[in-house]
Amino acid sequence: MDPATFFAQSRLVIVAGKGGVGKTVVTAALARAASLAGHSALVVEVEGSSGLGGHFGRPPLTYDEVELLAAGADGTEGWVRGRAVTADAALLEYLREHGLARVSKRLLASGVLDVVSTAAPGLRDILVLGKVKALEREGGADVVLLDAPAAGHAITFLLSARGLLDAINVGPINAQARDVLELLTDPSRCQVMLVALPEETPVNELVDTAFHLEDRVGVALGPVVVNALLPATGDLAVDPTTAAAEAGVTLRPGEADALAAAAAFRRDRSAMQAEQLARLAEALPLPQLHLPFLFSASLGPAELDVLARALLDGLATVPAPAGTGG
Amino acid sequence: MTETELSLSQLVEHAEIIVCCGSGGVGKTTTAAVIALEAARRGRTAAVVTIDPAKRLANAMGLAGLANTPSEVPGDWPGELWALMLDTKSTFDGLVTKHAADPAQAERILANRFYQNISGALSGTQEYMAAEKLYELRHDFDFDLVVVDTPPTRAALDFIDAPRRLSRFLDHRLYRLFMAPTRGFVRAVNVAAQTLVRTISKVVGAEVFDDAITFFSAFEGMEQGFKQRAVAVEALLKDADTAFVLVASPRADTVAEATYFADKLAESGIGVRALVVNRVHPSFGGALPAAAAGRAAELAGTSLGDLYANLAELDALAAVEEGHLADLAERVAPAPVVRVPMLAGDVHDLAGLALIAAHLVR
Repeated sequence: MDPATFFAQSRLVIVAGKGGVGKTVVTAALARAASLAGHSALVVEVEGSSGLGGHFGRPPLTYDEVELLAAGADGTEGWVRGRAVTADAALLEYLREHGLARVSKRLLASGVLDVVSTAAPGLRDILVLGKVKALEREGGADVVLLDAPAAGHAITFLLSARGLLDAINVGPINAQARDVLELLTDPSRCQVMLVALPEETPVNELVDTAFHLEDRVGVALGPVVVNALLPATGDLAVDPTTAAAEAGVTLRPGEADALAAAAAFRRDRSAMQAEQLARLAEALPLPQLHLPFLFSASLGPAELDVLARALLDGLATVPAPAGTGG
Repeated sequence: MTETELSLSQLVEHAEIIVCCGSGGVGKTTTAAVIALEAARRGRTAAVVTIDPAKRLANAMGLAGLANTPSEVPGDWPGELWALMLDTKSTFDGLVTKHAADPAQAERILANRFYQNISGALSGTQEYMAAEKLYELRHDFDFDLVVVDTPPTRAALDFIDAPRRLSRFLDHRLYRLFMAPTRGFVRAVNVAAQTLVRTISKVVGAEVFDDAITFFSAFEGMEQGFKQRAVAVEALLKDADTAFVLVASPRADTVAEATYFADKLAESGIGVRALVVNRVHPSFGGALPAAAAGRAAELAGTSLGDLYANLAELDALAAVEEGHLADLAERVAPAPVVRVPMLAGDVHDLAGLALIAAHLVR
C-alpha cells in the first residue's frame, strides 16, 4: 500500500505496547514517516517524560503544542508538532470552556480530582482521551499519533470509555465517554498499532493485548511494529581461521576466538528473532513492520530518519485493505 | 566496609527484605525470582512476591493460578523458596476485614461500588498493596528474606509513600465535606464548599457522588488502623535490613528511567544498595572496535571482512552501553553494579533462573 494512503486511513493512530519495547521511538518514527509521506503529524504523549521531544532533538513536551520539525520547503514533507496531554490540564481546560473557571483552580489545588477520579476510575483516562478526541476533530494535523500508556494500562486506558458509560449514566462525562468510544471503535477515524520486540515474552504479551483490544475495546488494529531486529549480515557461519586463509591474512592470537564468539552470538540472536517473528505471524494475522536494531549511542533525528524510512518500506509491502482501491 | 558496600551476594545472605525496582521490560520480575532462589540455595527461607509475571515464569514458580498467599516451590536446595503473585483486590479486602470493627462494617465496605473501584483498577493501589503484602509476610510468616517485585510503572515508587497517601486520602477535606450532611452539620459547610460539591455532582453525576459518601461513612472509625499500618510499613521500608535493588538495562531510555528512580529513592531518604543491569551485550574483546572496523573495511567483500564487521558492531555496542551506564553507576555509588549478559532466550524454568544467578551473585 502507498504509505500516503496508509496515513490517510484514520486520523488517530494509537501506539501501544509493553514497557521497554520502544513504543515512544516508534511513535516518533511514525510521525517522521507520515511527514516524509507528505502528511502533517501531531505526536501526543500522556505519561510525561517519555522522551518524545528528544527524538526530534527538542526539549521534553509540555501541554502547549510545539513544532518538532518544520514542513519541507517544497511542500513534499509535512510538519511534525508535539504536545503532552495530562488529566489535570485537560480538566482545567474543560471547566474553563464550560464557564467554571472560578472553581477550577480550587478543584485541582484541593486534590478533589483525586477523590472524584477514585469514585469513577477511568475519569482521568477519559479526560485525556477526550482531549485527544478534540485534537482529532479539530483536524489541525493530518495524523495524530498517541504514545499510549504501557501495555497493562493501555487496555484499561482504552477501556475507560466503556467502563464510564456503565458507571455514569448522564451528564457531560457520559457524553464525553460516548464520543470517545465512538472514536475508538470507528476504523475510519482510529487504529491501534502495537509494538513488540522479537522475543518470546514480548510476543506473547503483544498477542494477548491484541485480542483484548479487539474483543473488549473494539478498536481496529493496524500493522504490528516489531522493533530492534538485528540487521542481516554476511555469512557468519564460516570459521575465522578458514576465512583468514581465504583472504590471505594472518590472525593475531585470540582473534579467531573473538571473531567466532561474536559471530555465534549474532547468529543465535538472529535465529531467535526469526523464530519469534514466525510465532507472531502465526498467532496474529496482522501485517508486520520491521525496524532495525540501531547500534548508535543515541536516538536523535538522524536515527529517526532511518527508522521512518524502514516503516515506509514496510508499509509499501502491506496489502491495501479491501475497498480503499489502493 | 560500610553497609552500603555489601555485594549483591552478601545482600542475598543478610538482607531481610529486598525490593526490586525499575522501569518495565528490564527483567525486574526475573531478577527478584533469581535473588529469592539464590537465597534458598544458600539455606535461607525466602519468599518472592511477584507482580504480573510472564506466564511461563509463573508456571515455573508454581504460580499458574492466582495465589495471594505464599506457596512453596519444590526444589533441591537446602533452604526454602516460597512464591506468590500479588492479588491487589484480595489483599485490600483482607486489610478492610482486619480493620473493620465488626463483620457488618466490613461487608458494607466490600459491597460499596466506590470501594470496589479503589481496590480494583485505581493506580497507586497496586503499589500500596505490594507494601501491605510485604508487611504481612514479615509479620505473619517466618521468612528470613522477602523479595518484592514492584509494578512496572513510573508510579512504582509510590510503593514507598502509598500507605501514607491512602491515609491522607481518608483524611481528605472532601471527606469531611462529604460527611458533613450525614452528621447534621449542614450549616457548617460553607458556601464555597457547597458550590464545589454541586459542581462535582454536575460533572460526574449524583450516583458516583452518593457511592463516595456511602463509602466514607462506612469507613468511619477505620482511619486510625490504616494510619498506624501506614507508619509501620514505611518504617519497614526504611529499615537498615531492607535493601532496594535498582534493575535496569543498558539502553539510553531505561538508564534515564533508572536514574529517575534513584533520584526518587534518594528523595525518600533511601539509598540504592545494588544496581542490576540486565540484557548487557557482551564485549568480545580481541581488537579495539576501531581496529576491527578498520579491518572490516580493508577486508570488505570477504568472509573475514564480514566477521570483523560483526565483531566491530557488537563491540561498539558494548562500548555504547557502558557509556550509558557510567553516570548511573556513579549516581548509585558505592552500590555495586552487577551486569547480566543478554541471554540467547527467555527464562522460563528454574534452570534458567539458576543460570542468571551465576552472573548475578558469582
